Amino acid sequence: MSAAEALCELILAELEKEKRIDSYDFSVKIGKDHQSIVGAIKSIRSLGDVITTEQRQFESWVLTQEGKEMVEKGSHEARMFASVSSQEGSLQADLMKSVPNAKIGFSKAMSAGWIRLDKTAQGGPRVFRKVESIQDHVQEKLCRVMECSSVDCLTEDQLKEFKKRKLLTNVVTKCFVVTCGPSFSTQLVKQETELTPEMIQSGSWKTKQFKAYNFDSLGTPVTAGHLHPLMKVRAEIRQIFLEMGFTEMPTNNFIESSFWNFDALFQPQQHPARDSHDTFFLKDPATSNQFPEEYLQKVKTVHEDGGDTGSVGYRYDWKREEAEKNILRTHTTAISARMLYQLGQKEFTPVKYFSIDRVFRNETLDATHLAEFHQIEGVVADYDLTLGNLMGMLYQFFSKMGITRLRFKPAYNPYTEPSMEVFSYHEGLKKWVEIGNSGVFRPEMLLPMGLPEGVAVIAWGLSLERPTMIKYGIDNIRELVGHKVNLQMVHANPLCRLDS
Amino acid sequence: MPTINILKDALFEAIGISYTDEEFGELCFDFGIELDEITSEKQIFVREKKEKFDDTSDAVVYKIEVPANRYDLLCMEGLVRSLKVFLRRMAAPQYFVLSSTQRLIIRSETAQVRPFALAAVLRNITFTEASYNNFIDLQDKLHLTVGRKRTLVAIGTHDLDTVEGPFTYEALPPQQIKFKALNQVKEYTGLELMELYSHDSHLKEYLPIIQGKSVYPVIFDRNRVVLSMPPIINGDHSRISLNTKNVFIDITATDLNKAKIALDTLVTMFSQYCDKPFTCECVEIERPDGQVEIQPQLKYREQVVSLQMINQKIGINEPAENIQMFLSRMCFESNLVDEGESVKVTIPPTRADILHPCDIIEDVAIAFGFNNVHKTFPKTCTVGHQLPVNKLSDQIRLEVALLGFTEALTFALCSCDDISSRLRKKMNETSAVQIANPKTSEFQVARTSLLPGLLKTIAANKRMPIPLRIFEVADVVLKDKHTDVGAQNQRRLCAVYYNKTPGFEVIHGLLDRVMQVLNVANDKDFYYIKATEDSTYFTGWCAEVYALGKAIGKLGVIHPEVITAFDLNMPASAVEIDIEQFL
Repeated sequence: MSAAEALCELILAELEKEKRIDSYDFSVKIGKDHQSIVGAIKSIRSLGDVITTEQRQFESWVLTQEGKEMVEKGSHEARMFASVSSQEGSLQADLMKSVPNAKIGFSKAMSAGWIRLDKTAQGGPRVFRKVESIQDHVQEKLCRVMECSSVDCLTEDQLKEFKKRKLLTNVVTKCFVVTCGPSFSTQLVKQETELTPEMIQSGSWKTKQFKAYNFDSLGTPVTAGHLHPLMKVRAEIRQIFLEMGFTEMPTNNFIESSFWNFDALFQPQQHPARDSHDTFFLKDPATSNQFPEEYLQKVKTVHEDGGDTGSVGYRYDWKREEAEKNILRTHTTAISARMLYQLGQKEFTPVKYFSIDRVFRNETLDATHLAEFHQIEGVVADYDLTLGNLMGMLYQFFSKMGITRLRFKPAYNPYTEPSMEVFSYHEGLKKWVEIGNSGVFRPEMLLPMGLPEGVAVIAWGLSLERPTMIKYGIDNIRELVGHKVNLQMVHANPLCRLDS
Repeated sequence: MPTINILKDALFEAIGISYTDEEFGELCFDFGIELDEITSEKQIFVREKKEKFDDTSDAVVYKIEVPANRYDLLCMEGLVRSLKVFLRRMAAPQYFVLSSTQRLIIRSETAQVRPFALAAVLRNITFTEASYNNFIDLQDKLHLTVGRKRTLVAIGTHDLDTVEGPFTYEALPPQQIKFKALNQVKEYTGLELMELYSHDSHLKEYLPIIQGKSVYPVIFDRNRVVLSMPPIINGDHSRISLNTKNVFIDITATDLNKAKIALDTLVTMFSQYCDKPFTCECVEIERPDGQVEIQPQLKYREQVVSLQMINQKIGINEPAENIQMFLSRMCFESNLVDEGESVKVTIPPTRADILHPCDIIEDVAIAFGFNNVHKTFPKTCTVGHQLPVNKLSDQIRLEVALLGFTEALTFALCSCDDISSRLRKKMNETSAVQIANPKTSEFQVARTSLLPGLLKTIAANKRMPIPLRIFEVADVVLKDKHTDVGAQNQRRLCAVYYNKTPGFEVIHGLLDRVMQVLNVANDKDFYYIKATEDSTYFTGWCAEVYALGKAIGKLGVIHPEVITAFDLNMPASAVEIDIEQFL
C-alpha cells in the first residue's frame, strides 16, 4: 500500500469514528501537511459517493520570514542594543556593519530610549547604551503568536505595527469538511479508467469498479472528410428528379454557340440578354461553324417571319454570324434545346429531362450574384401537356423540397408562353418570395426541331445557390461557393434534408 | 425587366378605385406585373443623387416592373388603360388613323447610316404637366427597350407649328450639319456636337451609334430648319412644350419592325389627349425609290384560335362566352367562327407582343387567373437515368471524402495567370478557352486545371489546423477542334495535401485507393505511375499516372515557386486526373 493510500485509509478510519472531520484540524491532529490531506480527500472523492465534502475557508496570521527570524534571534532593535559595548560605547559606523537590518534596529532602539548617539565624539559619531538592560517585547509577542497560531495576544496597535513592519501576514486556508457518503466504506477500492483486453480475457472486469465518465465534456474530434454544402443540396435535388423518373441531361459543355443558347430558343438576335453586358463571349474559339443546316434554316425562317408555325415572327434579318458566336452558356436550357432537337429527329416518345450544372453571366457582382452559378432545370415533353400540368408538376417537385405553398405570376420569357414565375410563402420572412421560373416552350421553338404539332413541353428552372443559402442561412454567396469559402463552415455543415 | 415609376394617387384616381398597397400588389401579381417597391419622389432623388431635390414631394411612388415585351405598359396612360379594361371598368378603345397632311421624304444616302424613318402627327393635343412628363418618360423608356438604347430606334418629338413640311430625312457629312441643338445657346456643327456631348453623362453613350460614319442622319423642314440629328439630339427650334398643340413625331431606325412598334406605341398611348381621342394623323413616307407609304397604320390583326385548343393548352374547360369575356379583359375583341368552335381574335396595334396563338392563350389564362387553374400531375410515364459521368463523379467524391478529404467548390473561370504563370506554365501550352469581354481579370479564361482553385482555397484557409486535405471533382474546359463549338469539358479529380512535409505518400495513397475502388489497381498493367517532369511540380518528385493503358494525369510535390505564387508557405503535394477514362 502506498503512502497516499495509507493516508486515505487513515482518513476513512477517522471519519468512521468521528463521522465528521475537518481537513485542517485533522492535519494539525496528526501533524501532517494540510495539502497532503486535501489531496487524499480529493482522491477519495473521485471514487464516487464514498464521502461528501463541503468547502470551508478561514483566515489566519502567520509570521513572515523576517518575523520567524526575530523569534529565533531577537528583534532588530534588541540585537542592535546587544551590539553596543556597555563600557565605552561603539562607533556608529562599526555598528551599522555589525548586524543585519542595523538601520531599522538603530532607529527603533533610539526611539525606545535604549541607546544614545554622541555625534561630537572623538573618532566619529559614537553610540552608547542609555539603560543597563532591556526586555525584547517584540520577540516575546511574536513567540506567543507562533505558539498559539493566533493574534489574540496582541493589542490592536501591536498588530498594526507588526503588519506595518511586515512581520506578520494574513493567509486564507481552504479546507474540507468531510462526512460519510451514501456508499461509505473504510476500504479503498481502486477505480479503473479503461476496460482492457486483459480484463476481458481474465474476467477481472466483473469485480472491478470503473471510473465514471465526465459526460459534460466533448468527445475527441474525429478526423473526417466532408462534402461541400452546395453539393449536398445538389445531391438532394438530383435525387428528387430521379425519384420522379427524370433523366439527367449531358450538361458537361460550358462552351455553347449563340445558336443553341439563344437562336434555337427563339430568342431574337437583338435581345438584351445577348448583349456583352450580360453574356461572356469567347475570343478563342470565337465561333462555331458546325450546325444542322436544315434546322438552322428553319430557325432563321421562324425568327424572320414565323415560318409555318402560325407565328408572325420577329420580322428582322436573322444573321448567321450572330448565331455562330461562341459564349459561355447563360443557361442550361441550351442543352435542353439540343436534347429536344434530337428528340424531334426520331419517332416521338415522351421524356422527362433534368440537369443541375453551372451557367455563366457577365453581370455585376454582389452579395447574391456571382458570374457563375448552378441552374436546376426540369423539362417534360409529351402530347397535350397543359399549364395545369406544369403547376401540378411544380407542386410535386417543390413539395419534395419541403415547399408546399406556391403561387404563380404571369411573366415574360422569350422562349416560353405561357410563362410563370413561381413564388413560395416564406414562413420566416412572412411574405411570398420568387423561387423559380417556368413555362411552356413556344411552338416557334419546338416545331422547327421536328417535334409533332400536339407535343407540348413544360419546363422550369431555379438556381441551386439560392435555396442553399436560405436552407443554411448564408447571406453572402462568397461564403458558400468559390475559393474564399471557410472550410470550417464546410466541416460544421449539417446533413441536407430539404423535406424535413 | 423595365420598371416604371407612377404616383400612387394619380394612378388610383385614373383607375377610379383606391387600393391598399397590398390589394394593388395582388392586382399586379394577377395581371403579370410586379409592384416592386413603394417609395417617394424624394427618396428616388436622394438615391439617384439628382439635384432638383427641393421641388420633389413626399408623394408615394410605385415602382412597377412590367414584362419586357409589353411596350404598351411602359407609361401610366397605357398601364391604367390595360388595368381598367382588365377590371372591366372600360372597353378597350378603338384607335383610328386620320388622313395625312404631312410628308416625310427619305433620301437614299440615309441607307449608309440609319435607313428607316417614320412619322406621325398628334393633332390638337392638350398636355398637363403630368401627361407631358409621361410623354417624355415614355420616349426614354422606348429608347431603352424596343430601341435598345437608340441603336435600333430613336424618337424625336417636335412642335409642328414651328416648322413647315414637307420634311426630308437626309444623311450629310457632319461638318455640313449646323444647327442649334436642344438647350444650346448657339449653333454647332455635327462634329462639334459630338465633341460637346462626349462630356455629357446622358448623351455620350449614344454617340458611338453614328460616330465615325462619313454621314450623319438629319431631318429638315422645307426651310432647312433642323428638326433633329438622330439618334443623338433634337433641334432647339422645334422643341415641344406643355403648350404645344400639334406634335410631329419622327422615328428613325435600323429595324423597321421595331420602328413601327415604337411609333404605334407612342401614338396609341398619347392620342388619348387629342381633341379626338385615340386618333392620330398619318404621314406620307416617300421612300428613296419614289414609293409612298402611309404611316402609322395602327393595324388591327386577326387570329383564329380554336376554343378547344385554348381550353386544352391551359387545362380548363370554359364555354365560349367566358373565353370571349377573358379575351375582352385583355383588350381583345373576338367573334365566334367555325360554327362556334373557334374565336376570331382582333389584335390591337398596342399589342406588338402577340406573335402566335399561344400568346393569346396565355392572356386567356391570365384573365382566368393562373392561380385558379386546376393543378394536375402529368400522366407522362418515364424511367429516370443518371448521366454516367455524374454518377461516377458522385461515387468518386464520396470515396475521396471517406479518405478524410474535404470537398471544395471553386470557380470554373479564372485569370490567365492562375492557369499559366502561377503554375509555371506558358499560356500557349494550356489549350485554354479565352473570354473576349471579361469585366475583371478573374474571368479571363475557363480553367484548364482544378489545381489553382484548390490552392486558392488553401490560401484563404491558412488559419485552419494543418494538415489540410482538400479535393474537387469538377469540369475543366479544353479547346478541342473535333467538337461543334471547338471546346470540350473534361471531368477531373484533383486533391491537395498541405502540411509541414509534402506528404507525397498521402496523395499517392489516395490515388492507389481511388484506383482500387475503380477496380484497376490490382493489375500492374492497368495502373502504375512513372517518373516524369512537369514545371508545376518539384523536379524529380513528379509522376505521370497511367491507367487502362493511357496517361490520365499527374501527381507530385508542388514546386516551391507555385506554392509562393499562390501565397502559401508550406509544402504541398497534389494529384489531378481525368476520370472520364473510367466511364
